[in-house]
Amino acid sequence: MSDQPETYSAAAEVGAVRKRRSRLERIGLLLKSAPPSAWFGMIVVTFYILVAIFADVIAPYGEAEIHPEPFAPWSEEFIFGTDQIGRDVFTRIIYGARNTMGIALATTLLSFLIGGGLGLVAAINRSWLDQFISRAVDVLMAIPSLIFALMLLSIFGSTVTSLIMIIAVLDATRVFRLTRAVAVNVAVMDYVEAARLRGEGLGWVMRREILPNIMPPLVAEFGLRFCFVFLTIAALSFLGVGIQPPTADWGSMVRENASLIQFAQYDMTAAITPLLPAAAIALLTVAVNFIVDWFLHKTSGLRDEH
Amino acid sequence: MSTETNGSGDILLEMRDIRIDGYSDERWHDIIKGVDLTLRRGEIMGLIGESGAGKSTLGKAAMGYTQPGCRLTSGSILFDGIDLVAASDEEKRKLWGTRIAYVAQSAAASFNPAHRLIEQTVEAANRRSIRSDADSRADAVDLFRSLQLPDPETIGSRYPHQVSGGQLQRIMTAMAMSPRPDLIIFDEPTTALDVTTQVEVLAAMRAIVEEFDTAAIYITHDLAVVAQMADFIKVLRYGEEVEQAPTRQMLSQPEEAYTKSLWSVRALQKPEIKGEDMVLTIDNIDAAYGTLKVLHDVSISIPRGRTVAVVGESGSGKSTTARVITGLLPPMSGSVTFNGETLPPKLKDRSKDQLRRIQMIYQMADTAMNPRHTVEEIIGRPLEFYLGLTGKEREARVIDLLNMIELDESFMDRLPSELSGGQKQRICIARALAAEPDLIICDEVTSALDQIVQEGILQLLLRLQREFNITYLFITHDIATVKAISDEIVVMFQGKVVEQGLKSEIISPPFPDYTQLLLSSVPEMDPDWLTDLLKSRDA
Repeated sequence: MSDQPETYSAAAEVGAVRKRRSRLERIGLLLKSAPPSAWFGMIVVTFYILVAIFADVIAPYGEAEIHPEPFAPWSEEFIFGTDQIGRDVFTRIIYGARNTMGIALATTLLSFLIGGGLGLVAAINRSWLDQFISRAVDVLMAIPSLIFALMLLSIFGSTVTSLIMIIAVLDATRVFRLTRAVAVNVAVMDYVEAARLRGEGLGWVMRREILPNIMPPLVAEFGLRFCFVFLTIAALSFLGVGIQPPTADWGSMVRENASLIQFAQYDMTAAITPLLPAAAIALLTVAVNFIVDWFLHKTSGLRDEH
Repeated sequence: MSTETNGSGDILLEMRDIRIDGYSDERWHDIIKGVDLTLRRGEIMGLIGESGAGKSTLGKAAMGYTQPGCRLTSGSILFDGIDLVAASDEEKRKLWGTRIAYVAQSAAASFNPAHRLIEQTVEAANRRSIRSDADSRADAVDLFRSLQLPDPETIGSRYPHQVSGGQLQRIMTAMAMSPRPDLIIFDEPTTALDVTTQVEVLAAMRAIVEEFDTAAIYITHDLAVVAQMADFIKVLRYGEEVEQAPTRQMLSQPEEAYTKSLWSVRALQKPEIKGEDMVLTIDNIDAAYGTLKVLHDVSISIPRGRTVAVVGESGSGKSTTARVITGLLPPMSGSVTFNGETLPPKLKDRSKDQLRRIQMIYQMADTAMNPRHTVEEIIGRPLEFYLGLTGKEREARVIDLLNMIELDESFMDRLPSELSGGQKQRICIARALAAEPDLIICDEVTSALDQIVQEGILQLLLRLQREFNITYLFITHDIATVKAISDEIVVMFQGKVVEQGLKSEIISPPFPDYTQLLLSSVPEMDPDWLTDLLKSRDA
């Protein structure tokens, strides 16, 4: 090839064609390479977030506003009808986006903060501290989590804060296990040793040296955990200790209107009503996982087979 | 060795106008651009070139195989009258492992750790029912014996982790020879071995290939090695043939400028200078991993602005010495004195300034840099951490450092995965340099690189030493490197210092036994070197 120099030069060894790119250009390139499924995921998630933020503006009625007619059919006035005590279903689905997503997101983030942080510390430290945390986590994991959550919720009361804290702590045990397992492999690499030789503190080694290299499995776990937290909240709501009325929540909306499904033979729209919040959960779950899949594909360095 | 008429005449392998494309960066690149290759029965061909020249790709194509992500776009491959391009996978699978065998670079990664060595050695012959199982086993023992493995009768019942790297490489050769193939492809089989081990493996491989009159393709980037093995040599560059000639002719009168430049690499020399002012002294160090004692009473002194090379085979305690100096492994007894003050034995007790003054460069640049950090972050961090540079100042200094290592600012945003091996090692050098250290510990920094890239790195290190009066502690098992750049040499063996002194004193006789063995094991650019060496050792 004509563009290859005859004499050796270090700079010319690999592709002289690359040029410096700004961060914005890099993000632009990244988005351009996104497959349709990732685009679908990103659009859906953005839509949900917008709905959650502007719930007050979009919703036709108040979150806990009760209308005279319970179980009203679909109409101009109540797009998806009303529920068992006469609240507008459409309004509650919109507010549900804010409550359910907010709580699930906060819980998942918190569990990753606790589990991930402790997992990294354990992986770097590898001494009695590692033993102590790992065994404590084993003890927590030995107790069935739903029963444990029920017990704790009845002790601390079913407020949103305690719900978030309790589910986060219980979920953090799984995150800890995963983080520690993958971080141990990274912690023995030369670049971590190089950072320690430089005199870097624990915080730097955790955040800048190890964390970026274990992101792929953690992000995959995040997508899954987020969905599981949804389920846990719905399950706890079903048992009456989850999100308390009148706060709208997709999980409890399914349960409260579940009996409507029996009327499918008389009125199709009535039967669909309890499925709407379920569909909202399903769509979000699928969208989140599409994005996670794309991210994993980008970061794992897997090439498409040709 | 290399009598040019070694082949018995009839052509075994004939490849015409081979073109292979590889897929990367979302498009196809041509890797091999029309190479011809002819190999007769009993001939050994050396295939050399720097990394990325397409040596391995061509070697694998000789089996009719292309890696995933590669495709053969044109050309014909005839192996003993069989058209390998047209052959189905089923037909090729019948040839592979029985008539064509492949010996990979890393034997350790090529054996199944869960099976005994003998089971794996005879597997191919058994599966094709070439001989009865009992015959195959007896034959394997014979092969082990002719490869000069210790305890040939019982070594086969061990597992891969129970033998050394050099033994494993020889067993892999036995595995390849077991079905008596017509063609063996050796893909850098000795690159990962010590010099002293390499000689044994080379001698064994050459003997066995000659004994059974097998044709072979020997792929390597080490010229001295290929000179011992091959009847003729083919030089590749950028996927094209540069030249091909019988070994002797190629060594004595290469035609192309590129070939000459490959040959001249080993000519790098540095006049030694004795140093007086000691920057680092370690006295009577004993060190152990757990209960295993690895250093016994080691004392080394390193003069300022000079290069001290520590040589010895793997397991001799070279790297452990470096770990003691850096504070990663506090010694059981003894002291480390740096710039006149005693260093605290533990890393965490040392001050930031003490840490800054001793920097380290690793053997594997791949694992020494965080794959998620850009070049700017990698080089910029020590600037920020030790010298408090931020923003524009930091950026300007990073560009300075990149220029110093002969790269430019277009590299700032690249990730390590976007760099070649030589460039990665240069970035590691820049990172060490950024701290403005007094002493840089270089742990086998060139052993993972090609000759031509090695020379570039060594010249860079020498230039930086002249400009900034940096001291190097150079850990290596490559004697050619030592001769090229050191002022003083320390020879280590089994955790003890055998000798220390100026280069001229160490590499001229009289030698202690171990130094003699080490020095004589370095391959030379002479096709008769191995034959002569084996004769003199037998005598």
